[in-house]
Amino acid sequence: MAAVSFQQVSKIYKGNGGELRALDDVSFDIEQGEFFGLLGPNGAGKTTLISILAGLTRASGGRVTVHGHDVVSEYAQARRALGVVPQELVFDPFFSVRESLRIQSGYFGVRGNDAWIDELLQSLGLADKANANMRQLSGGMKRRVLVAQALVHRPPVIVLDEPTAGVDVELRQTLWQFIARLNREGHTVLLTTHYLEEAEALCSRIAMLKLGRVVALDRTANLLAGTAFMMLSFKTDQPLPPALAAQARVTGRIVQLKAHDAAEVESLLGSLRTAGVKVEDLEIGRADLEDVFLEIMQGAPGGERVAA
Amino acid sequence: MNGDSLAGTRSLLYKEVLRFWNVRLQTVAAPVLTAVLYLLIFGHVLEGHVKVFETISYTSFLIPGLVMMSVLQNAFANSSSSLVQSKVTGNLVFVLVTPLSHWAWFVAYVGASIVRGLVVGLGVLLVTLWFAPLGAAEPVWIVVFAVAGAAVMGALGLIAGLWAEKFDQIAAFQNFIVMPMTFLSGVFYSVKSLPAFWQGVSHLNPFFYIIDGFRRGFFGVSDVSPWVGLAVVGASLALVCALSLHLLRIGYKIRH
Repeated sequence: MAAVSFQQVSKIYKGNGGELRALDDVSFDIEQGEFFGLLGPNGAGKTTLISILAGLTRASGGRVTVHGHDVVSEYAQARRALGVVPQELVFDPFFSVRESLRIQSGYFGVRGNDAWIDELLQSLGLADKANANMRQLSGGMKRRVLVAQALVHRPPVIVLDEPTAGVDVELRQTLWQFIARLNREGHTVLLTTHYLEEAEALCSRIAMLKLGRVVALDRTANLLAGTAFMMLSFKTDQPLPPALAAQARVTGRIVQLKAHDAAEVESLLGSLRTAGVKVEDLEIGRADLEDVFLEIMQGAPGGERVAA
Repeated sequence: MNGDSLAGTRSLLYKEVLRFWNVRLQTVAAPVLTAVLYLLIFGHVLEGHVKVFETISYTSFLIPGLVMMSVLQNAFANSSSSLVQSKVTGNLVFVLVTPLSHWAWFVAYVGASIVRGLVVGLGVLLVTLWFAPLGAAEPVWIVVFAVAGAAVMGALGLIAGLWAEKFDQIAAFQNFIVMPMTFLSGVFYSVKSLPAFWQGVSHLNPFFYIIDGFRRGFFGVSDVSPWVGLAVVGASLALVCALSLHLLRIGYKIRH
């Protein structure tokens, strides 16, 4: 039985003068124990899909199950199996950290949960903040409490919606160590993130969404292997010749160019030399997930906005 | 309801009670002070000028009205402001992702409203008793109308809280519906003193029956029979409960 199953899920938002197809026939399964990545640019439908899974949003069509339980008709069982870390940094200003966790635990009918709450506080570096009011915590600390709240009822499936957006390096490390441990212990993890190196490092399988459609779904290793190209990257202060500028990815001084073989690398370098471009810090590397991501996003056919 | 969902409901009820109790200066002490100010000012100005029932002083007459007004306004304020606050700040998500049913939400939000209404009402009663003597001729009506009135307003607050997207919408609901209806229900006067037309209008206001029945519990006399009052309040309660449960079940403005 799949941990999570999306079956022909669609979501249409009707607005002023038209409708927006936020999700269009999305289908895939996440197996139990997987560390699964859901990637896509802003507006691709990642959060909508997760909201449908968590019961925050209703699908316009299709069906979602968690451990076999339909998220609409068997919402109680489905939600018991899910722990959701929301993207927004929300908190309840009336309570302390421990109170928030006890209350959240109580919603799921879990009583006498203090040992697990203490372990969560310890593992997430919150032990000394247990009695602090939520208002007094920094953004990073609030984020940790959100993670603890999602895990307080020991859900087998953990959903993290961009948990490291705007979070410092230390917390990112703490968080990933902890989530990786839970995954080793058998928890299924569904992660959406903008940090592609995180997805590459953590996720064994990845789905990419674009304008509400699945445009790639494969094991991370296959996605990386399936792209038989290298990336030539260097820094320069000078303008590129027009032929190269058209295919280059430029980030400030950094220029990246795609090459399929050694001959192509040579020809690129030749063009640069001919144009008199002074190149610093030249590197040739294998394509990483970011390159794969951009390749797929540029190449894939998009969804459509249907005007009514 | 099985054990888990019962415990879940209790947690949400506990959280809702703790929410207002943690800021009790604002949610309990302030409304008690307001009611006492009404008593001092209206009691001072009107004592000796207004005689509602032969044997009862105006100040004594006023106290149950003020107590009930406080119960109603605070019961409404509790569920409505809690929901709107959670929607605006986004922390409603903590409850939305739980297995709690619409019944659990209903019991917790309305239950906490009743608790807040009764706590404030009791506070007003204890403080104002110091100013005038008050008996309890038929105490069962005191309890019945206090709880039923608070429940009506808790459920109405739940509806308003689900509907509103901003605080000013709740304020409008409070200022343009709840306040006029409580003030025009006979808190400060007996509707018998009104011209016939306005007496008729008052009889369309369910708050009139809540206050009249509540007062009956103290003095043993009322404008209408408490059984009629109970029927009207019971029907109002059934209506707001059915509507709020329906809105919760469909996730009105909370699950999109």
